[in-house]
Amino acid sequence: MPTAMEIYKLLPKKNCGECKFPTCLAFAMQLANQKVALAACPYVSPEAKVALEESGAPPIKLVTFGTADAAAKIGDETQLFRHDKAFFHPTVLGIIADDAEGIDMVKAKLETARSLSFERVGQIIRVDSVAVRHSTGTPQEFLDAVRYAAGIGLPVTIMTEDPKLMAEALALCAPGRPLLYRATPQNFDDMITVAKACAFPLVIGGTASAEELSSLTEKAKKAGVVDLVLEPSGSTANDMLEKLTTIRRAAIKKKFRPLGYPTVTVLGKSPRDEIKAALGVMKYSSMVLMEDVSREFIYPLMALRQNIFTDPQVPIQVKAGLYKVGEPTDKSPVLFTSNFSLTYFTVRADIEKSKLPVWLLVVDTDGQSVMTAFAAGKLTPESVAKAIEAEKVKEKNTRNELMIPGQVSRMSGKLNELTNMKVVVGPRESSGLPKVLKAMSV
Amino acid sequence: MAFEVPKEKFQGRIREVAIGATKEQGGTRSVRLVLGGSNGLPFHRFESEMPHKPLVAMDVVDTMRVVPDQLVSSMGPVVKDPVEWARKCESEWGADVLLLRLLSANPDEENRPVEECVSLVQKVLKSVSLPLIVYGCGSEEKDAKLMEAVSNAAKGEKLFLGQAEEKAYKSITAAAMANGHGIVAFSNLDINLAKQMNILLLDFGMKPENIIMDPLMAALGMGLEYSYSVIERLRQSALSGDPVLQMPMLCDCSCAWTVPDAVEESLDKGRSELRGQNWEKITAYSALVAGADMVVMRHPKAVAGLKDALADLMGGV
Ligand code: B12
Ligand code: SF4
Repeated sequence: MPTAMEIYKLLPKKNCGECKFPTCLAFAMQLANQKVALAACPYVSPEAKVALEESGAPPIKLVTFGTADAAAKIGDETQLFRHDKAFFHPTVLGIIADDAEGIDMVKAKLETARSLSFERVGQIIRVDSVAVRHSTGTPQEFLDAVRYAAGIGLPVTIMTEDPKLMAEALALCAPGRPLLYRATPQNFDDMITVAKACAFPLVIGGTASAEELSSLTEKAKKAGVVDLVLEPSGSTANDMLEKLTTIRRAAIKKKFRPLGYPTVTVLGKSPRDEIKAALGVMKYSSMVLMEDVSREFIYPLMALRQNIFTDPQVPIQVKAGLYKVGEPTDKSPVLFTSNFSLTYFTVRADIEKSKLPVWLLVVDTDGQSVMTAFAAGKLTPESVAKAIEAEKVKEKNTRNELMIPGQVSRMSGKLNELTNMKVVVGPRESSGLPKVLKAMSV
Repeated sequence: MAFEVPKEKFQGRIREVAIGATKEQGGTRSVRLVLGGSNGLPFHRFESEMPHKPLVAMDVVDTMRVVPDQLVSSMGPVVKDPVEWARKCESEWGADVLLLRLLSANPDEENRPVEECVSLVQKVLKSVSLPLIVYGCGSEEKDAKLMEAVSNAAKGEKLFLGQAEEKAYKSITAAAMANGHGIVAFSNLDINLAKQMNILLLDFGMKPENIIMDPLMAALGMGLEYSYSVIERLRQSALSGDPVLQMPMLCDCSCAWTVPDAVEESLDKGRSELRGQNWEKITAYSALVAGADMVVMRHPKAVAGLKDALADLMGGV
């Protein structure tokens, strides 16, 4: 946001009071604090309006493509390091199908992309977009592939540097608001015309330097194309890190508008390219398109993305309370654990493997793991006893027995004293639970 | 608009720390390796110096008790014999450094006598020529004796002994100092603790060029984000000029093999053995990107993959 003085300079300085503030300066101060809207002043000039909107915009533009219920949102980051606040828009991961592979292969690849969706610690993690690329296939093969991609329900990137073919392709998936890849110094004017006509976001790439890239974005903006995505060039991972860091720093630290856009990295098939996707997730690629990616790699890559994009201030947690796993009765075992998501979902999955009904008491530990909370004094015999009381465990269950995580065996004595329940020390790792639970039920 | 590439200069520099000693230096190792030395953010070679490539240590465990099944099946029977295991790490798997864990000394487990453990260290020293890190079993009392004996037996080799912890560092540090070895200073995901640990060691008389920090690497999916940020912040504090934090960092990524998601059978997520390798590789890769100067790893294929990725991160070398 601009300061009150910067805003004041752009106001009409009539001090007429129609904005409900006695002076233009008073109004400027309210604007700077985002307490009022600029529209309250009837006399601001159109130029001032544009200038003010611009200076108040986020350092990196938010660009959206896809449809409302399957939208990819990239950009709008404000930090260089996650510990300074947080990273906000998880790197969008996409799979490229190339028309050289033939339509059957293209279809299979797009279907695979759609199927790469998993639940992990209570969140859905998935491949969130697909791309169709024109290389050695015929234009018709390419268009068929685009048509198929438009139907799979994920945001689409259309990859061709031929403006005419781009115009034909985008017509096939227009309601889906595709991302257009890409304008280069060679096809610039024609591709800008295509992007302007449809108002879909456009990737700009193929430049030799960040400087050249920035001069192209300025040209694009002048031509009226404002939803842009930057593709910095780079051969090695070292190059990639340098280019993406340069762009992110220029946008955030220098407020250099011509580079204040999200970024995309397009990767090939080699093992070096595969791991570059992880670099993109950590170091500033808003979107990563991959050519071939195995399930064995994509799953840990998505776990990395989940880790890097969690808010450092708030651990992901679940609500404390008494949960049913299966259909437990008043005789089923009662176990307790912490309310850190990772812990809860790990333990729950292990219990489910036993296929036995269980009461799972989730104790509030401020979202910390069992061991961390225990070491920090946030998981104590008292806090567990209180949870047992609050959740009326003894009314719902007459077994009068509580299984505790093996790592906190030290609290058994005190816990027994406080609750009068028999305390059973469970395995240290919840992976040992199926065996133990089965033994208990016979 | 004119564009100027925004570059950053720091006043601080990561200290250079050497591990291993060759014949001329009083030991029997084939090389002495150096960690650290950088005066910028990791791999930001466009604006800073990074004189030494980060190292990859492979760990060797002296008991099958803690070796995950996935590793036993894919690394083969060598894992049953620590000396053979160490040899393979050197001759086939591309390790820069070896980390030998003497877990079987643990009094609550195998309780192997100190002499036997020391003789294993000696055998490993004879069989391989890489620089060596040696960790005890985690029992304070036993490690006090064990580490003293290891230190004496490897006089002149410039080992690194581990791990010094806030509540148990004196005997192991004394053991390291006695014969010119280095020490690995462990702290628990906390910058102040890391600093405190280094201060304790320095006050005790340890030379700063003989300290490597271990700020605790949590595995991918198991709190990696905490480690990632702690490492980044440690590195930034060091570069901003805090001399007590300018020690190079070691990140133990072998923990990746304890993550359920990494190793469980699940066809949707692909073959578990390959997934486990990627899990370890990505854990180590993110440690490097955050600022690690050395990573500890287990699976030979994960090591090979990481080394290739590291060369690319260095700019192709
Ligand atoms: C990430 C992490 C943190 C994060 C917190 C993350 C969070 N939201 O909880 C941060 C950085 C904040 C942190 C801080 C600290 N941590 Co910490 N942390 C870890 C780390 C790396 C991973 C923890 C984790 O997520 N584990 C995964 C979950 C799933 O584990 P879990 O909850 O224990 O659940 C498992 C078992 O307990 C069991 N289980 C769980 N529930 C149940 C229920 C039943 C019935 C059964 C049978 C089993 C069972 O199965 C689960 C899966 O195996 C561990 C080391 C490690 N690699 O494990 C250290 C660790 C837990 N931390 C530790 C410590 C000491 C601390 C601090 C006190 C350090 C300090 N002095 O500052 C602080 C305390 C924080 C505070 N003051 O508020 C120690 C605990 C030592 C001990 N033996 O008590 C550990 C073990 C590290 C170590 N080796 O020293 N930590
Ligand atoms: S309405 Fe506009 S011109 Fe009038 S006082 Fe308010 S800001 Fe100034």
